[in-house]
Amino acid sequence: MIEAVRDAIREELARDERVFVLGEDVGRRGGVFLATDGFIEEFGENRIIDTPLAEASIAGIALGAALNGMRPIAEIQFADFIWPTFNQLLGEAAKARYGSNGKVSAPLVARTPYGGGVRGGLYHSQNVEAFFAHSPGLKVVAPATPYDAKGLLKSAVRDDDPVVFLEHKRTYRLVRGQVPDEEYTVPIGEAEVKIEGSHVSVITYGLMVHHCAEAARNLAQDDISVELVDLRTLAPMDRATVIDSVKKTGKALVVHEDTRTGGLGGEVAAVIAEEAFDHLDGPVVRLAGPDVPAMPFSPPLEAEFMLNTEKISAAIRRLASY
Amino acid sequence: MDHGQTGPSGEQLLEMYRQMVLCRTLDERVWMLNRQGKAAIVASAQGHEACQIGSVHALRPGSDLFYTNYRDLAVLLSLGMTPGEVMLGFLAREGEQMSGARQFPLHGAYPKLGVVNLSNVVGTQLPQAVGAALASRMRGEDTVVIVYFGDGASSVGECHEAMNFAGVHRLPVIFFCENNGYAISVPRHLQMAVEHVAARAEGYGMPGVVVDGCDAAAVYEATSEAASRARSGRGPTLIEAMVERYLPHTSDDDDRRYRNAGEIEAARKRDPLRILRERLLGTGVLSEDADETLYAEARRVVDEATELAESASYPGLDGFYDHVYADQTGGAPSP
Repeated sequence: MIEAVRDAIREELARDERVFVLGEDVGRRGGVFLATDGFIEEFGENRIIDTPLAEASIAGIALGAALNGMRPIAEIQFADFIWPTFNQLLGEAAKARYGSNGKVSAPLVARTPYGGGVRGGLYHSQNVEAFFAHSPGLKVVAPATPYDAKGLLKSAVRDDDPVVFLEHKRTYRLVRGQVPDEEYTVPIGEAEVKIEGSHVSVITYGLMVHHCAEAARNLAQDDISVELVDLRTLAPMDRATVIDSVKKTGKALVVHEDTRTGGLGGEVAAVIAEEAFDHLDGPVVRLAGPDVPAMPFSPPLEAEFMLNTEKISAAIRRLASY
Repeated sequence: MDHGQTGPSGEQLLEMYRQMVLCRTLDERVWMLNRQGKAAIVASAQGHEACQIGSVHALRPGSDLFYTNYRDLAVLLSLGMTPGEVMLGFLAREGEQMSGARQFPLHGAYPKLGVVNLSNVVGTQLPQAVGAALASRMRGEDTVVIVYFGDGASSVGECHEAMNFAGVHRLPVIFFCENNGYAISVPRHLQMAVEHVAARAEGYGMPGVVVDGCDAAAVYEATSEAASRARSGRGPTLIEAMVERYLPHTSDDDDRRYRNAGEIEAARKRDPLRILRERLLGTGVLSEDADETLYAEARRVVDEATELAESASYPGLDGFYDHVYADQTGGAPSP
């Protein structure tokens, strides 16, 4: 997965001289997850900029450069440190086009590793997607596979609007997959049905796609047919794919690692309730992280917070038998 | 307009004065419209005109970039925004240039004038200006970016971050602080423990210059020098223009709660229009008659602008969902 991210950035840097990278430790260090490994040697320090430790201005400088014709890729080292960028990303970048009546564009990408299950404790495990997805004007992307990560990141760089690009840390090395050699992109704003099924629609994104896929495979042995929808883009959300799936299965389980209250699951559930109510054969169910402030450090505490294949399988079984 | 480090000519000063008169006349009219219930809000440029116009004249409108502050009517007029356009904004009418009347007056963007992006959030323009300068330098342009902000914004964390980055990378930025001594009601001594914002410049490896912001010529010279430094690759400058705000923060503020009448009267004595007028009369560049003509012409232009705006309609709702995204995905009403 991390290789897909790295390849996407490298190819975009090579393709378009307006693209540049800024962030903490992205230069000689190559990024703490090595997303920009070797870039400073290849592209030089004018395009691979090690910034001071100051997230608000990383976002603000990226925005200023974007408004002035560049295509910056800002790395926020951990999503847990992204809060100081709210002023620039939510307050400014998301509103620049609307607030200028279309006179300016803010084509920046803010990439950030997010998510838990990596012994990251409270401050290296957080999910931040709901905050950004609530802000029209921003696009929020959360790929699950190397193929999607590369294709979506390239689309994000080429997009004329600001994109928050969320990379689940646990997928970086855990998830492997085929990525074609030839040039391709994956469009922002399109969900994908990863597994077709007929009994229960499971709607999710990020790392949870893999746990849900494993659960779907296991349950197939018990003749429970799961349709797995990977949202891929969280905002603007592909409602049609979700609705079409639920119309087919009549049951919907929304799964995310992020905490439950105010999470994306509520939005998905509301869309289903509004647009597919007549097709439902059971309650729309959310399976999400618990409502505690963040993910604890000690292994049993972390495991209690994290969803896994067993928890997801149990939730699907309950809903299937409703 | 870029004349290096020499002072402005009499002719230039006269043009600055003409723009100051226009700005003051327009600003006063907007207050009147506010009190009539026609203009929802005004954050006045009165007292700040000399520093705003003096700085613009030292730069290159058309290629330099201007990150304005919310109180910068004189910057915009000096760059070429018309009084009619200004008035459409204050009355929130169709045809408003900077935001389609979505934002407060004078907020948004005016790319043709090099005015990039201004929201209502104090201080956010500072790192953006630094990013703009970074972009220009990456492309090998000799653009200078000036970013205007108040003494209140100097306390915002992003101000520090922006100046630090600009210093590290020696970027062509002019940090232009319009220090009027008050952030709404909070006075300087509660805003900072030093006398001058410019004192911080040393910590960012850039020169810090305090200038009398009521003296258009002095501001012109300081800004010219900063622009020359920036264009020759010697990095940013922090200019602190000392000005007076003798009106409330905005039309929604009541400054009697925190300032006494004597203090405001003293501030009025530093009216930049009066200072420049006396200088121009003294040097014979301006006559009393010519001054009256300038004011009469300003009143005529402002009358026209007011009529234009009052006869314009409000924006229609057809475009309400436009410009959420470039490709217009999302942003549509729920089914």
